[in-house]
Amino acid sequence: MANVPTDLKYAKTHEWVRVSGNLATVGITDHAQHELTDVVFVELPEVGRQIKAGDACAVVESVKTANDIYSPVSGQIAEVNPLVVANPALVNSEPYAGGWFYKIKLSNPAELTALLGPEQYQAQIGGA
Amino acid sequence: MERPGRGDSHRMKRTPLYAAHQKLGGKLIEFGGWEMPVQYTSITDEHLAVRKEAGLFDISHMGEVLISGPGAEAFLNGTLTNDVWKLAAGQGQYTLMCNERGGVIDDLYVYRLAAQECLLIINASRIEADVAWLEKQLAAFPRRSEVKLQNTSDATGALAVQGPRVVEFIDGCFPGPSTGGTSVARVTDLKKNQVASFSYAGDRIWIGRTGYTGEDGFEVVAPGRIIEAIWNQLLSAGQPHGLKPAGLGARDTLRTEVCYPLYGHELDENTTPIEAGMGFFVALDKGEFIGRSVLAEQKAKGPGKKLVAFKMTDRSAPPRPHYAIWSTGPGAAKVGEVVSGTQSPSLGIGIGMGYLPPEFAKPNTPVEIEIRGKRASALLVPKPIYRKPD
Repeated sequence: MANVPTDLKYAKTHEWVRVSGNLATVGITDHAQHELTDVVFVELPEVGRQIKAGDACAVVESVKTANDIYSPVSGQIAEVNPLVVANPALVNSEPYAGGWFYKIKLSNPAELTALLGPEQYQAQIGGA
Repeated sequence: MERPGRGDSHRMKRTPLYAAHQKLGGKLIEFGGWEMPVQYTSITDEHLAVRKEAGLFDISHMGEVLISGPGAEAFLNGTLTNDVWKLAAGQGQYTLMCNERGGVIDDLYVYRLAAQECLLIINASRIEADVAWLEKQLAAFPRRSEVKLQNTSDATGALAVQGPRVVEFIDGCFPGPSTGGTSVARVTDLKKNQVASFSYAGDRIWIGRTGYTGEDGFEVVAPGRIIEAIWNQLLSAGQPHGLKPAGLGARDTLRTEVCYPLYGHELDENTTPIEAGMGFFVALDKGEFIGRSVLAEQKAKGPGKKLVAFKMTDRSAPPRPHYAIWSTGPGAAKVGEVVSGTQSPSLGIGIGMGYLPPEFAKPNTPVEIEIRGKRASALLVPKPIYRKPD
């Protein structure tokens, strides 16, 4: 059973968002990392880049597949996680902690209301 | 991420171990029309278990065809590239089956179980094509009344148990002596490529010392209805020795590291064994067989393309099938295509194989792999890419 923390927001495309003030941290879900299999490469956006919600802004590659990561929210990239670039396996072992991808300064916080809550996301991935 | 998730599951075939895979938490994917586990816990962990300890694979999706009778040898020698005459009862060999153009219909293992009985182990995705081809060749074979062809794929299950520590526990699972094939007191007395039958709870099972991982190991072929009992016995006997169930993901990374071909990647009906570097398994001196004249000419003149192995020189996203291979330096151009590529769990870097024109196909030639629009440096290396230490 995939872990779906109750304090996060989720995108249908399997990214999670943790909001703190006007800053949001983005990563991919436990369900997503399990579906990907062992992550071996992560490419993150440049700090300072302006992103619109739905933009492909990062790449995660596993032994089996290459996948784009779509930003769940709009804003400016404030910080990226150098540790996950150096050690992509963090996406598998700590998807909600050390495996985070980037922090983004929200330009339209109203977008957060369109994201899924934990129950809705759990329902989407078929969990009870 | 776009849509991680499950494929179209309703039309896929399942092996007798489907429930066992579910119970172990295997992540199931489509492979060659079959619903198979790609991993149980982690491709990397399962891969390293096979390299250092042991791994257990379900290979029941693979096909089995029995060719028997006084004409079996002659029929197979006219249809397969390697020389079946060289096999005594209880021995096996890797071989290929080609069309008239020398293109590969399948690559397979042939075991001579007895003087007039051979077992072919064929790829899951090629069962229909192979059986149709074999039946067509048999219909045209003058001594066809002396050959019996049975496709036993549906009723037969198979397992591969691979890794350096398998010898510590396999004898305890299958008490000897053998009842057919090579005469041995116990399973671990089999030498590489030897096969023997053993009695297992009243059923006859076949065990060959071979595999698809580059490690020591065995493949077990048994009636499908008892394969789960054998699976469970091997798992419990092997777990104290580090045995892990291993999925197709690890099977693929293991075989890629040691440059074993996978049908549909390195081999297809438009690629010859000579181009694929498998000339060792083409016995041009054994007499006529399908594809021989084309293969003999290619061997003499050199093929128009060659299979190469490469290693990425820097950290990069893993190379993958269909990525372009570029030459380097002034006049750099796209010269070939990747057919297999992955991140090597043993080496921690991207590796792969691809086809190149012969003038580029030399070890230590620098090349570039085009990964998502950017070219990354790689080096052609001798096969296999991974060699066991010492």
